[in-house]
Amino acid sequence: MAKHVKVYSTPTCPWCVRVKQFLDDNKIVFENIDVSSDAQAMEEIKQKSAQMGVPVLDIEGQIIVGFDKEKIKLALGI
Amino acid sequence: MHDLIIIGAGPAGITASVYAARKRMNFLVISRDIGGQAAWSGDIENYTGYQFISGPELTAKFEEHMRNYNIALRENEEALEVEKSGREIFVKTDKSAYQARSLIIASGKKSRELGVPGEAEFKNRGLTYCATCDGPLFSGKNVAVIGGGNSALDAALQLIKIAGYVYIINNTGKLEGDAIILQKVQEAKNVRIFNDSRVVSITGDKFVKAIKINHKDKEGSLDVEGVFVEIGLEPNIGFAKDIVKNERGEIKIGARNQTNIPGIFAAGDVTDVPEKQIIIAAGEGSKAALSAFRYLAQNRF
Repeated sequence: MAKHVKVYSTPTCPWCVRVKQFLDDNKIVFENIDVSSDAQAMEEIKQKSAQMGVPVLDIEGQIIVGFDKEKIKLALGI
Repeated sequence: MHDLIIIGAGPAGITASVYAARKRMNFLVISRDIGGQAAWSGDIENYTGYQFISGPELTAKFEEHMRNYNIALRENEEALEVEKSGREIFVKTDKSAYQARSLIIASGKKSRELGVPGEAEFKNRGLTYCATCDGPLFSGKNVAVIGGGNSALDAALQLIKIAGYVYIINNTGKLEGDAIILQKVQEAKNVRIFNDSRVVSITGDKFVKAIKINHKDKEGSLDVEGVFVEIGLEPNIGFAKDIVKNERGEIKIGARNQTNIPGIFAAGDVTDVPEKQIIIAAGEGSKAALSAFRYLAQNRF
């Protein structure tokens, strides 16, 4: 069963581009949430990660801040 | 024992690694990240061969080029100390220790910090050093830009279109930068400029709520949710104690990228090379690798 992956991002953040590229390369389907046009999503990030930087990944409830390749791989089991 | 260690994997370090690989040197790259400042750049329109490419895209191309050569890369690792003893160079990192016959320092620059209470605590909790990256998070919110030069003006210009009010806190008598950008910033309706002012502290609860500023010995407070620190860059050279630097803290290099210590070379933004550009850093990286190769041959290692 594929894990549900949410990526909170903005269109301009460099690491958001790289994290999405990384997921694409590994054929991981994800839901992209643009927080720059979604105030509700911005509040979700603050709640979930206690910080404001993007990207933030929510992998079945596990929160990963930034493009932390090792943590992402571990969470996805790839 | 390696022939060469390269510290840094921005444009200079990556290019040096490609050249070293093609010379079949036995070497190692140690870096905190890949791409360095280039990864944070917005649109790049002056890297030959690309009429237009973004920072992250160019970084991905660099990385792909490097990975093609099976290079030993220690990512997420930081150099703490560099020392030469006899003919050997020792590099101590936060994870391990290495020895080599030659070294290229290509560790680049980082954003200068304010050094006020609250800065570390609120980093990524409203305080940031990158308007391009984090600006869109502050849609409709009041923000402060700290600084009075080109990078502060660039940040302000981006934020004017996104944020509520943009307060510019500048510790000199007037803003200085490119005339066109300066005019645009000064004419914006949602900008307030505080000259002769310095930041005293950043305050808030979980996230930034306000900054305290000192204007001509009077203290005041501004309610903001975002703080953009744009007071310039400084070289990443904490580990390079015995190496001669200029008044800006940049490593002094010669025409062949040599430093004052034989066998230690430097390249890119961490050096005193005139002009800091991605293409210049890349070119300097290739020169440094060829110089290290020549050094090893001449010294019969």
